[in-house]
Amino acid sequence: MSDEEKGYGQSEEEQRAVVMGIDFRNDGYMLLTLLVAVYAAYLIGGLVIGLPFRGLMNQIGQLTFWIGVFAMAALALNLHWGYTGLFNIGIVGFMAVGVYVTGIISKPVFGSGTSAAEIGGLGLPLWVGILGGMVAAGAIGFIAALPALRLRADYLAIVTIALSEIIRFSLLSDSLSKHTIGGYTIGLGGGDGVILDYGDPLEQFIRALSFPFDLVLGESGWLWNEVYLGILVDFVSNYIPNNPKPVVDNFAYAAVLLVILGIMYALILRTGNSPFGRVLKAIREDEDVTNALGKDTNVFKIKAFVVGCALMGLIGIFWFGTQGSVTPNTFRPRITFYVWIALIIGGSGSNTGSVMGGAVFAAFLFQGPRYFKNIVETVLGNPEAPSSFGQAMEPLLNGGIVEWITASFLFTLDSIRQLQLFLMGIVLIVLMHRRPDGMLGHRKEAASSIPLTRPLKRSGGGDDAVATDGGEDQ
Amino acid sequence: MSEASSSDEYGSAGSSDLVNGEVDTTRVPLKVENLEKRFGGITAVDGASFEIEKGSMTGLIGPNGAGKSTTFNCITGTHAPDGGRVEFNGEDITGLAPHKVANRGLVRTFQIARELGEMTVLENMMVAPKGQRGEALWRSVLPYVRDDVKAQEREMLERAWEMLEFFDIDHLANEYAGNLSGGQRKLLEMARALLTDPQMLLLDEPFAGVNPSLEERLLEHIHELRNQGYTFLIVEHDMDLIMQNCEKVIVMHQGRILTEGTPEDVRNNEDVIEAYLGGEV
Repeated sequence: MSDEEKGYGQSEEEQRAVVMGIDFRNDGYMLLTLLVAVYAAYLIGGLVIGLPFRGLMNQIGQLTFWIGVFAMAALALNLHWGYTGLFNIGIVGFMAVGVYVTGIISKPVFGSGTSAAEIGGLGLPLWVGILGGMVAAGAIGFIAALPALRLRADYLAIVTIALSEIIRFSLLSDSLSKHTIGGYTIGLGGGDGVILDYGDPLEQFIRALSFPFDLVLGESGWLWNEVYLGILVDFVSNYIPNNPKPVVDNFAYAAVLLVILGIMYALILRTGNSPFGRVLKAIREDEDVTNALGKDTNVFKIKAFVVGCALMGLIGIFWFGTQGSVTPNTFRPRITFYVWIALIIGGSGSNTGSVMGGAVFAAFLFQGPRYFKNIVETVLGNPEAPSSFGQAMEPLLNGGIVEWITASFLFTLDSIRQLQLFLMGIVLIVLMHRRPDGMLGHRKEAASSIPLTRPLKRSGGGDDAVATDGGEDQ
Repeated sequence: MSEASSSDEYGSAGSSDLVNGEVDTTRVPLKVENLEKRFGGITAVDGASFEIEKGSMTGLIGPNGAGKSTTFNCITGTHAPDGGRVEFNGEDITGLAPHKVANRGLVRTFQIARELGEMTVLENMMVAPKGQRGEALWRSVLPYVRDDVKAQEREMLERAWEMLEFFDIDHLANEYAGNLSGGQRKLLEMARALLTDPQMLLLDEPFAGVNPSLEERLLEHIHELRNQGYTFLIVEHDMDLIMQNCEKVIVMHQGRILTEGTPEDVRNNEDVIEAYLGGEV
């Protein structure tokens, strides 16, 4: 990005990014500081406790993956809610559409590979599948938007959450699960889900990147075979002698996600900081006024909604597309609310805030508690936890206070996945009370492609100049 | 139909008045015929007809519930009329969507100033201009084309500042519009409407809740704009204000046009006095 892009609509004083009283020079530094802090916390936690290197690296790779996924999702949601005021609580439905369509397009054709019970796909290249998944998610968004966007915000919320559940139940449905037509078995897989046997996405991606090198060197998949496997994985095997490839794969995939996050961030920043983004903001503030100013608000709303839904589809593909298989019950509304929490933490309306919210949510609310459990268990030498609340309370009857405290602590630690939701709820309530704007929602981020400062005048107008300065003091 | 009252600026009525039996649209941009609007069993507007002359300042008055705001809403597309016809610059705009009406140069303001609160004053202004290339998503995102968008934004920004200076609210440019006082919001709303390059402005109670000194300023601005060639139709409760500032007054009562004419005509009209004082006796 050029220097001019960075400032956008903010006056010079407002370009500084202040979070929690700390003054940063710009958004880039702020994001970098946050990421460094998060990784430092993870590394220090792991090293002090003496977590095995492999485990630590896996945790860091996982963390990066979650940061990428949640930051992207928060960005897409920010386009809906932060900019346009579209209350979408069906995010997970669009993710499901994305990954399912990708799977079906890119799976091998029936009969050419896996078991006969599995459904067949179209056998097209993965990039076609990803594109198809995005288009399908956008198309579903369009169909939902047509009737719903004519209604007020809360009705859109009802429509979207219902839609996401309809999608999940359709994927679960027996009648759509498997059909054999002309010797081919097709369908949505029902409760068994779909096996995503289109090959390793990371390998395919690197092989695709390798294309120009292959042309020059006359090899096939040079970047994958020679550089990735030959140099990178080989190098890591010095530190992780036993099967290093999965660890490196995790890292590489997460790194690719971060790069895509960067691209998405830049594009959404451009979208927001433009006349288009300005009209979206105006619709959020008052649709009737925007309409009376000559803007066809329905068209703007549909565009924003469809683009956001397509992005959610893409994020669904990145999130679930590497797990080997998907089942419908993964796509419960819980995931939608995770994304909402990430956006609220970051501050809706701010793109930088969305990324920060995604990172903070991933690091401290999503991955954090599990990592904490991991660390504490390692310290305690992986003790056996009581299997139920009753068992945890049992020592109390026998009068063993110390045993009781130990047992209930271990039980709490063991239930951390359940308690995580509890923790998220508390954070949400405290945020709503103390800081409803999130980390960056309070910032004035004027939507325009150029800084909205007063153009230089030819001459005179001394009084006016004084007046302008007065106005920017706040 | 109503006879357009004699206006000094377009005094040479006669030759240019009728072209092939039709009213010359350059003289009469807005023409409302037999407008009707019902809400359930209530007839809010019951066959209202009037014409607005170019460059004029016309007041639309009437007691509460006379149908003034509904007439406004039917003209600007906020409501679809149940009957009748609205013509602007010779084109039929009956029942068009609000944004289409606005894009033809007929722009309204709202009774209660409706600023875009969590946007700065300058952002509010920049929303308004028509034909912004950057409103197409692909132009905003793609490189090279975006430079074009930026160039246009620079021009618009200059105009927006000029307009803010004209209304003396340029010192508030980077303030959130929601932090403005009631009167400043009215100024902002008018300034914003003007940036759409309208030919005619429909002002819905522009002086409601405005203190006297600001009212004076607002009036000055309106007169200055009128001298520049803008046409105004103003809905207002304050009789005196309308009588002193408009050259033509339309009086509505119970959804109908009671009378129209110069302020003197209207002031002396028995029906008007009766409608306002409610004396049916």
